[in-house]
Amino acid sequence: MSTTDAEATTSQPNDTTDDLTSLRHSRRRFGDKVFKGISSGSGTLILVILAAVATFLVGLSIPALTADAEDLQYGEFWSYALPFAFGTVWAATLAMVFAVPVAIGIALFISHYAPRRLAQGLGYIIDLLAAVPSVVFGLWGINTLAPMMRPLYVWLADNFGELPVLGWFFTGPVSGTGRTILTAALVLAVMVLPIITAISREVFLQTPRLHEEASLALGATRWEMIRQAVLPFGTPGIVSACMLGLGRALGETMAIAMVLSPAAVIHFELLTSSNPNTIAGNIALAFPEAFGLGINQLIATGLVLFIITLAVNMTARWVLSRRKEFSGAN
Amino acid sequence: MSVTTSSSLPSEALTAGQLPKHTAIAMLVVAVAITAGVLALFGAAGPASVIVVGALLFLVAMFALSGAVEGIRKAKDRMARYVVTGFFIIALFPLVSLIWQTIAKGLERMDAQFFSYSMRNVIGEGGGAVHAIWGTLIVTGIAGLISVPIGLFTAIYLVEYSGRGRLAAAIRFFVDVMTGIPSIVAGLFAYTLFSFVFGPGTNSGFAGAIALSVLMIPTVVRSVEEMLRLVPNELREASYALGVPKWRTIAKVVLPTALAGIVTGVVLSVARVIGETAPLLVTAGITSSLNVNPFADPMATLPVFVYYQYITPGVPQDPFYARAWAGALTLILIVMGLNAIGRLIAWKFAPKTGR
Amino acid sequence: MKIRLTAALGLSAALLLSACAANEGTPAPADSATGSAATDGSAPASDLQGTISGKGSSAMNSAQTTWIAKFQEANPGVTVNYAPDGSGAGREAFMGAGVDFAGSDRAFKLDENVAGASSLCADDSIAYDLPIYVSPIAVIFNLEGVDELNLDPDTLAGIFKGDITKWNDPKIAALNEGVELPDMDITAVHRSDDSGTTENFTDYLNKTAPSVWDNEADGEWTYEGGEAAKGTSGVVAAVTNGTGTIGYADASQAGELSVAKIGKDGNFFGPTAEDAAKAVDVSPMEDGRDANDLAINLDRGAEGYGIVLVAYAMACAEYADPAKAELVKAYLGYVASEQGQNDAAEGAGSAPLAEGLREKVLAAIDSIK
Repeated sequence: MSTTDAEATTSQPNDTTDDLTSLRHSRRRFGDKVFKGISSGSGTLILVILAAVATFLVGLSIPALTADAEDLQYGEFWSYALPFAFGTVWAATLAMVFAVPVAIGIALFISHYAPRRLAQGLGYIIDLLAAVPSVVFGLWGINTLAPMMRPLYVWLADNFGELPVLGWFFTGPVSGTGRTILTAALVLAVMVLPIITAISREVFLQTPRLHEEASLALGATRWEMIRQAVLPFGTPGIVSACMLGLGRALGETMAIAMVLSPAAVIHFELLTSSNPNTIAGNIALAFPEAFGLGINQLIATGLVLFIITLAVNMTARWVLSRRKEFSGAN
Repeated sequence: MSVTTSSSLPSEALTAGQLPKHTAIAMLVVAVAITAGVLALFGAAGPASVIVVGALLFLVAMFALSGAVEGIRKAKDRMARYVVTGFFIIALFPLVSLIWQTIAKGLERMDAQFFSYSMRNVIGEGGGAVHAIWGTLIVTGIAGLISVPIGLFTAIYLVEYSGRGRLAAAIRFFVDVMTGIPSIVAGLFAYTLFSFVFGPGTNSGFAGAIALSVLMIPTVVRSVEEMLRLVPNELREASYALGVPKWRTIAKVVLPTALAGIVTGVVLSVARVIGETAPLLVTAGITSSLNVNPFADPMATLPVFVYYQYITPGVPQDPFYARAWAGALTLILIVMGLNAIGRLIAWKFAPKTGR
Repeated sequence: MKIRLTAALGLSAALLLSACAANEGTPAPADSATGSAATDGSAPASDLQGTISGKGSSAMNSAQTTWIAKFQEANPGVTVNYAPDGSGAGREAFMGAGVDFAGSDRAFKLDENVAGASSLCADDSIAYDLPIYVSPIAVIFNLEGVDELNLDPDTLAGIFKGDITKWNDPKIAALNEGVELPDMDITAVHRSDDSGTTENFTDYLNKTAPSVWDNEADGEWTYEGGEAAKGTSGVVAAVTNGTGTIGYADASQAGELSVAKIGKDGNFFGPTAEDAAKAVDVSPMEDGRDANDLAINLDRGAEGYGIVLVAYAMACAEYADPAKAELVKAYLGYVASEQGQNDAAEGAGSAPLAEGLREKVLAAIDSIK
């Protein structure tokens, strides 16, 4: 089904441009066929891999989902998984709130503000951040960031902890070590920053020169030019970049496990010792000592995470599909 | 900043009001000084609060001043520049702090022994990470060999062959889903797969490579697709018009044009997985001996090496921590090397454009 | 910049190019060392050959590393692997015959340890639980101006349960006359991961202060509140970096932190190797087990330092593969020897087994077939 689909879309241009001898025609068609075969084969292979992962997740989750609560190592499944599901979404949301504006700012700075020579070096340094192993982010979070943020947290709790709406977020008592979900989200933000920045930067650099110059020629300031030419052109790319970053934020394991001080709670408090754990972080914490159905139960939480990601991506696709996608190839 | 100001546009001449060149710097100094003074009066002057409040004061004052002298459009333009620059400086802080910490603590053990010894029969001090370095290169190399071709050709299929097909829509959607596979789940998947095929509890470098591939493929597809999409259609049409077959157009025109971006994407995706700890923990495992056979026995990798050196140190702890940091620094150096090579490739083979 | 980086990479690549480790001899034995084929015997001190692998408790990883290094030095033909994946993972792998021995922070339960349960063992063989690693768990704290602290079980339980929230609480003050305790919040740090250390710590609290600590021992934290951190190193880092913090960690990892003394009625003990070994030595064996299945029923309230972790090695009474039995016997025999216990004390800071228990363990190992 899929191949005929693709065949239909591509055969037309070939037919219209081909008026060469039959020999060259067939050889060309052969090359094209091979190339197309490899390409669509790779695409299909990805679907197969994903199907295998999904089968693995579902297959190993079923025993945990169907078993009686008494037989499960961690008790009833949904009451066990819900706080983690909440924590995953909450931590990733916070991280994206910090990371996205900063990442786009950096990308713009490198592509349109910084002197070229400087920009290249800076881009290189930001890329490096992507290479730092998550364990090191964890260590940095515990040893450097958390103690440094604690005074700020105390200040926030003192000044905003009693206010009506802000109190939900900033109520005390402040954690004695600063290892709260806010710190974890900041670490996550730093981790996804290079991913979003690198892709956004490349996309901004690809803005057609003519668009930019046309805008400037009409007397636009640099910022107006960016808003008129660069950002509209780059929006789909930015969204893609954010999706990649969000994927990492949702699934990050080791840094969260090391930085966060978790508890099985659901609340929006940012500064206390009891923070909702994330699914991935919980798997890392509990897996080594899990046995029997406990392993299935943890894998079932992995399935929940998978479904969360699915839902987030569907939403993003839906939002994007309402805008016309730009593509040089269309 | 002065460079960008001086390289401003010819429209300057048309604008009547214009702030002197160094107004911004002067304003920044004044704003911080005022803030420090006022906060000191209330007894709340700390370095952090002075910088934050000072920066806010600077933004407000600059906006007002520029709005009055240069007009609202110019003021907005300035605001955008300062905010963007500010974001950049904010991001530099964790970066510098992280890299500095790693370098400062990692240099202690960056000696010849670290790069020539494994941990076999090493107790306490000494020892090295040569087994883990090889493991990381082998595991990541295999993961790259699997992921890059698959990812590249999938992106080509998505952009060049079936922009709107149903299969393409499915692939695009599921690639996005795949980016959300948590790294530990990828590891468990590979572990279970290999336990199923080769018996329970099997650790091998290849299992680690499979786990990393699952994480790496979507990153490659997404970034390469983005880059291919940006190749102007005019180039393709010109090539077709000359009678060049589609596959040659892709190989000779589209890919070279997008090469710099593709290389960035691939290096980024390698960087994304090379530091992964959790999936390698369960798949490749850990050993203290050198093992260069990815198909049998546990294989040490740098992130896992770093993890265990830090998490389960012996007595005294210091040599273990020193090895952990040296391992982290080595990992960063490896990625720096890859990055440099990638840039070299991009610079050498990419067609020269207007930029 | 770019050139220098490339040069640096080239240099490290050149160093690595030979794909061998300087401490592993020539490349050929290095290859055999990883277990594929150890047939080319190069005149070893002993004639043992082969590879065994174990998996399990991360608490005793540094002890295992020490034992493996010493054992491999004495037996160059043997490679021992130990993967610190966690006790649960170790027990699972043992039952699935994925490893040759397991390390665990708790013994097999009686209903788990039935004859023929593991395909690793001969058909009618049970597994032996062999206590090989004893480590006191220290109560560490970080409180400016206070270096010494005495706590009794009730107070300790109150602090970790969240009932006692201030450092100058009268209950703490009563135990520490002459110490100036500040009016500061207590931040109690517990393990966020499921661990044998937590299980032993909560077991101690549950047995010695049942009126306060009314939850049963569990590897996961069962009370709400308090700060949590991953692994022993995470707890140590949190206690070190925080203010007014208290936590529990393997005594060998306490480092520079202050350590509280635990006890009651004026008798307070620090987490020393002797006091910990004493507490284990006086504890009885669990009832209803095979004479060689040495699960200890720890007497937490006994004289000595009761907050101890006892980790076990699991081996088959009779292996399906006699070659494996020979290697496991040799390895565990060394581990439980006086030399092995002292090596671990030096390399990992554990408490050597007391003489009486050690003899029993050695006898059990001797009976492995």
